[in-house]
Amino acid sequence: MTQSDTLRRIVLMLPALVAILLLVGAPLGLMGWVSLLEKGTTAGVDWGSAPSIGNYQRLVWEEDFDGTLILNTNYLVIFLRSVLQAAVTTLLCLMLGLPVALWMASLSPTGRAVMLLLVTIPFWTNLLVRNYAWLIILREGGWLGMAVDALWPFGPVQLLYNDVAVAIGLTYSFLPFMVLPVYSVFEKFDWRLVEAAHDLGATRARALRRVILPVAMPGILAGSLLVFIPCLGAFVTPALLGGGKTLMLGNVIQMQFGPSRNWPFGAAISVVLLAVMLLAMTALALWRNRRSA
Amino acid sequence: MAETNTVTIRGVSKAFGRGDAAVRVLHDVSVDIARQEFFTLLGPSGCGKTTLLRLVAGFEIADSGSIRIEGQDVTHAPPFRRPVNTVFQNYALFPHLTVEQNVAFSLEEQRLPRDQIRQRVGEALEMVRMQTYARRRPSDLSGGQQQRVALARALAPRPKLLLLDEPLSALDLKLRKEMQIELKQLQAEAGITFLFVTHDQEEALALSDRVAVMQGGRILQMGPPREIYEAPTHRFVADFIGDINLLDGEATGGGVRVAGGQTLPVQVSRPGPVTLAIRPERARLVAAGTGVMDATLVHSAYLGTATLHKLQLASGGDFLIRQSDPVQAAPEKGSRVGIALPTDALQVLQE
Ligand SMILES: Nc1ncnc2c1ncn2[C@@H]1O[C@H](COP(=O)(O)OP(=O)(O)O)[C@@H](O)[C@H]1O
Ligand SMILES: [Mg+2]
Repeated sequence: MTQSDTLRRIVLMLPALVAILLLVGAPLGLMGWVSLLEKGTTAGVDWGSAPSIGNYQRLVWEEDFDGTLILNTNYLVIFLRSVLQAAVTTLLCLMLGLPVALWMASLSPTGRAVMLLLVTIPFWTNLLVRNYAWLIILREGGWLGMAVDALWPFGPVQLLYNDVAVAIGLTYSFLPFMVLPVYSVFEKFDWRLVEAAHDLGATRARALRRVILPVAMPGILAGSLLVFIPCLGAFVTPALLGGGKTLMLGNVIQMQFGPSRNWPFGAAISVVLLAVMLLAMTALALWRNRRSA
Repeated sequence: MAETNTVTIRGVSKAFGRGDAAVRVLHDVSVDIARQEFFTLLGPSGCGKTTLLRLVAGFEIADSGSIRIEGQDVTHAPPFRRPVNTVFQNYALFPHLTVEQNVAFSLEEQRLPRDQIRQRVGEALEMVRMQTYARRRPSDLSGGQQQRVALARALAPRPKLLLLDEPLSALDLKLRKEMQIELKQLQAEAGITFLFVTHDQEEALALSDRVAVMQGGRILQMGPPREIYEAPTHRFVADFIGDINLLDGEATGGGVRVAGGQTLPVQVSRPGPVTLAIRPERARLVAAGTGVMDATLVHSAYLGTATLHKLQLASGGDFLIRQSDPVQAAPEKGSRVGIALPTDALQVLQE
């Protein structure tokens, strides 16, 4: 490769590099920097404060009156609850999305197009509107509440403002992110492999476990990441359907930037969240590489 | 009574589609396949070979009729309950599994002990000479190697019956010839009944103990390759397998009178128009006036092992003679010659 070639490459890559630096690198760097600063008295950040890791310490340790550090599990609990909530949502999306995607792939081309449209329609509706819709369905006297009350003999059931409501809302919001990647795998799936599995003695359930799911694994992993990661940071659904009682990480972060006006602490939580997500993705990528090696 | 057949197919019919759109693909097909027989379904594309195979495998269920395997009625049994394995046309190897995992699949489904699985996988791979590829993925293999793995995978559970749907059609000619020989050896070694599907008549004749020629969802003729080749009963069978000369004639009390020629002493059950068939290598070129009829020599082609003469009959039709006698010189092009037809080589055909 000649020198002018190298130069040409750099020049051609420049716009992309600048865009990445400006739109991804700079905000992330800013967030990282802010997370090391202190909360300002009037604005969210005291730009003049000396950088320290105090905000990160605050996630786990609390300063007592006499200055000793004691363990504060509040944020850890919220963090674990968020992971659990996101995991449950991912699982629900898998349980619902997998059969739907499988069924969609078995339709005629027209049927597939119609189903794809139906699956993507919620994307075109505002997130708030969709959550308020669930609010109406789940609230006391809503039609689902009435139906459940009619079937459940032990008094009225509270459907709204709890973890279940949040799980329902999140599952509804993120289901398309599961269905679409899984469907794209099933669409290309060679169904003769299932016949081969049956031929070799596998029942329907065994063929699903040993052939369909493994071959669909890339789509399942992609879909799971696409659901799990935004779920971890979700704040609209937990705020509306959880009634503010069941906080998730997204709500804590939003509160720091909003009412609490403590941007550095919000930034610190965001950095930790980001780190956890990157870790999860790296682990998954490594695991997949090892499997396909 | 001990069952001597591996497969007994009785009056099987199958249609695809519903109502007015239904298309009948198999019409009242009956086949018996003996133990350890190499049985071939031969016919042009679309004649229903694959459908019949899929009925035996259990991927489709017959509309009527019955299928028994080793005396057991499997007409409505799902594929995973049949003692049958299939070598698919496109191999259908599991892409996410290695070669040995592919071969072990059925053994694991049978929940055999681990060391036994390892041993049988080894045996199956050895049979197709693929031991060194055990750890590879199917995508790393050539077509011929994938073919071998598909065979090993289907043979590993030691099925009573192996179904092969045009297993060699994706291979190039040289590899196909090699695999044909291997298949035949494998079948003899393993002692398994083969139900083989092909549209290649040469392949069918070379490999099979018996051949069933299919057309339009029906079996026209069934028998050993020699019988199919030398004594075709249908015009379609005669035409489909190798070169053949067809002569129109009129059956009378004393035999068959060939259009523009003599009456030949061929026995026909009832008088009327018939078609006589004779292979080019069974007809002989003789001096004009001494044969059954005369014709004009259009062209002679020297083929090394034989000479192929193309004649034109008085009726305008073509007639081929394949002469393997090397000493006899070919007559001049355009000259009048005679055609001799040995009576024992003549076939009377149904339409
Ligand atoms: N699943 C199906 N649905 C509708 N028609 C089919 C189906 N499978 C096969 N056919 C039709 O049945 C006929 C026989 O097909 P097939 O058994 O595959 O023939 P072959 O294997 O001899 O080429 C063809 O006309 C084909 O179009
Ligand atoms: Mg076919």
